[in-house]
Parts: sequence; C-alpha cells; structure tokens
Amino acid sequence: MARIPTICPFCGCGCSMYLVVDGGRVTGVEPSPANPINKGMLCAKGWNAFEFVHSPDRLTKPLVRKNGVLTESTWDEALDLVCSRLTGIRDTHGPDALGFLCSAKCTNEENYLLMKLARSAFRTNNVDHCARL
Amino acid sequence: MAGLAAAFGSGAMTNSIGEFEDADLFFVIGSNTTAQHPLIGTRIINAVERGAKLLLFDPREIQLAPFASLHLRQNFGTDVALVNGMMNIIIQEDLYDRPYVESRTEGFDELKALVSRYTPKVVEQITGVRSADLYRAAVMYAQADKAMIVYAMGITQHVTGTDNVKTLANLAMLTGHVGRHSTGVNPLRGQNNVQGACDMGGLPGVFTGYQRVNDPASVQKFEKAWETTGLNTKPGLTITGMVEAAHSGSLKALYVMGENPLLSDPDLTHAEHALGNLDFLVVQDIFLTETAALADVILPAACFAEKDGTYTNTERRVQLSRKAVEPPGQARADWEIVSELLSRLGCCGTYPDTESIMREINALTPSYAGITYRRLASGYGLQWPCPNEEHPGTVFLHRDQFTKGKGTFLPCEFRPPAEAPDEEFDLTLTTGRIYYQFHTGTMSRRIEILEREAPQPVLEINPEDAKRYGIRTNDLVEVESRRGSIRLKAEVTTRVPRKVLFTTFHFAESPVNRLTTSAFDPVSEIPELKGCAVKIRRCS
Ligand code: SF4
Repeated sequence: MARIPTICPFCGCGCSMYLVVDGGRVTGVEPSPANPINKGMLCAKGWNAFEFVHSPDRLTKPLVRKNGVLTESTWDEALDLVCSRLTGIRDTHGPDALGFLCSAKCTNEENYLLMKLARSAFRTNNVDHCARL
Repeated sequence: MAGLAAAFGSGAMTNSIGEFEDADLFFVIGSNTTAQHPLIGTRIINAVERGAKLLLFDPREIQLAPFASLHLRQNFGTDVALVNGMMNIIIQEDLYDRPYVESRTEGFDELKALVSRYTPKVVEQITGVRSADLYRAAVMYAQADKAMIVYAMGITQHVTGTDNVKTLANLAMLTGHVGRHSTGVNPLRGQNNVQGACDMGGLPGVFTGYQRVNDPASVQKFEKAWETTGLNTKPGLTITGMVEAAHSGSLKALYVMGENPLLSDPDLTHAEHALGNLDFLVVQDIFLTETAALADVILPAACFAEKDGTYTNTERRVQLSRKAVEPPGQARADWEIVSELLSRLGCCGTYPDTESIMREINALTPSYAGITYRRLASGYGLQWPCPNEEHPGTVFLHRDQFTKGKGTFLPCEFRPPAEAPDEEFDLTLTTGRIYYQFHTGTMSRRIEILEREAPQPVLEINPEDAKRYGIRTNDLVEVESRRGSIRLKAEVTTRVPRKVLFTTFHFAESPVNRLTTSAFDPVSEIPELKGCAVKIRRCS
C-alpha cells in the first residue's frame, strides 16, 4: 500500500491530500495533516475525490469520427489526423481560423504546452480557458 | 482579473488563505463560500466564532447568513451602486485612510466626484438596501483594522463584472485595506487550476506570467526560447469571441483540452450550434462529455491521480501533485499528448517528464523563476511571485507599493443588468453552485455519495411568488426565457427573495444554460451567467 501526495481536483482552495493506493487502484483519501491550507481537513467533495478515477465510463481509446460515427482508433491515426487537419485549416484559412481551450482542471505544465502549441506551432493567439465563465 | 489588474497591476488574490485567521472583518460579496470553497467557508465561520465580524452581501439567504453581523440582501446586479454608496459615506464621514490615499494611490478626486452622486437615498432606490444599513456597513468596513474582501463568480458573472471588481478595489484602497496582512481583495477561483491556467498564458493576450503578446521584448524572448520567428503579436479571441467566430464561420477548428464548454457556456443552444458549425473539433478529456460527443477526434486523457504536475490554487500557491496509478486503457496524460503533437509539428523541446516542462516555465516566467520541483517536493508549495531559488514566495501582494506602482482608483457608474424583468418575463433567474456537486458534474456526478445527496436540480422560489403561481414544493415547473425552457422541481423557500429564482448548473438533464444570456462584460468578456429574465409555470 502506498500514499501518494496529490492536490484535490475540485475547487480553488487546493487542499492537499494523499491517495491511498492498493493493488494499482486508488482505495481512499487522507488529508495532509500539516499542509497550511487544509490542516488535516477535507470537504465532502475532497473526501470522495478518488471515486471517479476508476469509473467504468472513462475514455480508454482514441476515437475518430468516420462516416458520422465515433470509431475506435489508434494514437498514431488520431494524432496524424489532428496534425493534418489543423495544419490544413491553417494553410487554407489562416492561423486565426484555429482556437485552443486550455483547462482550469489540467496542470500548469499541460496548459503551458497547449499555449505553446497554439502560439508556436500554429501562430494563433486564440487561446483561452473556460474559467472566465 | 481585468478589474484588479487595472487597479493594482495584478489580477490575482492579494492575500492568503492562512491570513483569514487574523482578520477582524470579512466583507463577503457574490460568494456562497461554504458551498463553493468549503474550507475557506469553514475558516470564515471559525473566525466569526473567535470574534471577527462578517459583513455579507447576498440576495440569497446562504449558509453563511446566520453568522453575519450584518446581511444585506441587495437587488440583483446592483453591487456597483451599493459599494459606491458605501464609499460616499466613508468620504463624507472622513473615515477614509487619508495618508494611504495620498501616498499610494491616484485618481481620488475623480472617485470622490463620482461617488458623491450615490447618496443613501439614490442607493436605496437602486439596491433596495435601507440607508441605515448601508451606513452601518460602511462604518464597519472602514473602521475595521484588518478587513478582507472576499468574492467569487457572483461578482464577475455580470455584464458589469469588471466594474464590480474595480469598485471593490476602490473601496479597499480608500480605506487602506490592501497591502497588509489579513486585508486585501480576494477573488476565490472556482476550479483547482484557474489561477494556473491564467498564469501559464491560457489567455488571448499574454504568454506566461502575463507577459504581453504584443510587447516586443516578450515576443523576442519567447521566439528565442522556442527557436522560432514570426510569432503572432495580435491578441486573440476570448472563448466568447471564439464561440461567436464559430457561429459566423470564421473559426474553423477548435482544440479543447479538459473542458466541457457545452455545459458551462451561456446560451447553450447558441454554443451547440457554434460547435456544430466547426469543420474540425478535437476534445481531449477523461469522459465522453457533452462537448466530446460532438468531436471529430477524442483523445482519452489521464486524470489528476494518473499524472505528475503542478496546480496553482486561488492564493497563488503552486503545489506538486504526484502520479498515484496508471491511466485506464490507452489513456495518456494531457502533457504527453500535447508534447507528442509539438514534436510531430516540428517544434523545439523534448519533454521526458513534467519537471522538464517546469524548467522551461521557470526560465521564461519571472514570477515562477524560483518555483522548482526540488523545492516543491519538500514543502507545502510556493506562492508567486517567487523570482529566484532563494526566495520564500509571497504571502500577500502590494506590500510597500502596488505591482504597477501607484494604485489607481477606477470609479464606475452603476449600469443595470443586461436583461431586466419585464411584463412577460417577470422574474430574475440566477445560477450558482451547491456543496455536493462541482461545476458541470463531469467528475462529481460520478461519485455515488455526492449524487445521493444532490441527485437532481431544484428551483428555489420565494413563498410569495410560489403562491401567485400556485406552486408547491416538489411540483414540476417549467422555466422559460427568451432562449429556451427547462423543467425541474420547485422548492418553496425564503432563501431567495421575492421575484428571484435560483438554481444550479451542474446537471445536464435540465441545463440551465439553455436559458441564460450570452450578453457579456465588454472588458473581461465573462458572460452574465448570474441573471436573466424568465417566466414560470407549473406543469400539470
Ligand atoms: S477538499 Fe473541498 S475545499 Fe478542499 S480543494 Fe477539494 S473541493 Fe475544495
């Protein structure tokens, strides 16, 4: 059994918690006792934050729409398609025909890379995230 | 963000969660703190129990209400008038911090001239708050030694959202309640990495750390680091602008990472049409969300438990989260997916792990320069600005001077909400969050005990209105706006004032954003999710 330090995925308080891992599965949550934000506490959302992790309806394979239907695909095919379609649209309609939405749920590193992808690879500043909503 | 940045030079929460323990007074407005930020709500309640005062402004009888020394239930969308009225009293009664105003701020005369028109009588007419109560509130806030203003989406999700924030900043500067321990203007972010997404340049006009895309020195720095030339220097579209552009056909493709704009966007039908209009939609997510169902390509992502990375909480604290388990099936971490795309597209940089990405962020972002994995691994995170590896991080901002030098008073006139009730649509519907569910429910609705506590949306309606329409608790009602209608169960309660209905936006089966307007604040382009005119009837 291992205890891995993580941050609650819900609100902006950023409570720190350990995920209890047993046999490759998350089996529980323990609040960090010394972290200055939550000091050993969590709210009901935090206490149950791990439950959706092993949900049976998680997405597990890349899907590509073929003849109108989402169809299982490989990473190679899906990423190839993403690159060729985005590049094609940029070449035909210009960089500002593309938009990128970062995420208030993803990490800093991930948001940085997506911002870099938009600005460096595609030359567009159409970059935003949903949290202004 | 835009409002605070204009006044102070930084849009972030000025103070820290730990400082709640020493404050003498909390001015809470537009934040249902115990529901949205439970552990901050707990801190406020604990502080009240040790003797701090709570000044609460909320039309609804929220859970914090019984703890308030004074709870004012202003009319919907009238916050600017209310706070202008308080400032007028504070200036008239000479309760403002004159030395602070003189040495640290600019624009006082303009502020004074504007707020002088907001006499208690005028304010009462607009807000419904009685003069005596307004006076008490003004005196309480001005005379507190350490007063913290706390707000959330209830302030920003209005057509006047930026004005609301500027007005709160004006109040804090006028009384010297910013730049000290346990004071400040404190926006509480709704999701765990809103602050980080902004800090990382997930905005149309800035790179990381708010370095502008049209500032030549910043452009040069990023071009050098990214081994490229010819970066676009024109600020891009906001999400609201992108939805419009998709609608009109000028935006052809959208790449969505870990968001469900279909359910969180205002005027859902409009957004649905806009996304349907795209030539190409990519969605990277952990579940088949409403947005993903429309995608051309869906990339399965890892969730927080399945990857390393950092998150920046509402008080600017960057914290490290570690991978606990493997992602299901072929799902991959978002950073791995995007990094693979970068290399397929020939961009520089290889990223074997998330630490290598943070090193690039450190090098390009002065406020994050000292926030390294080595330091994060051994402590409880670091609060930016943290300019070098020896720097301890910053607990509160604007200590001796504002980020931009002098703080600027930015006086705002009251403007009524975009859609006022009329004869046909005679009620105001406002939306918010509840304790047991989170945002669009993608994650929280899959948690059994949360779903048991709050399995369906309810519509709160005041007893007087309920009587007028013959509605009782548990009746199925239809709520209709100019854009659409939804059906849900009613709960008759005095938590909401007359003429106001309240519900949440967590539930896909009665998506309240079918009703809300996409009218938005002209500066921040945050839509007015907080209110629209509706009518109601009981379904037979
Ligand atoms: S445990 Fe509750 S208060 Fe803490 S971050 Fe999670 S949702 Fe927010």
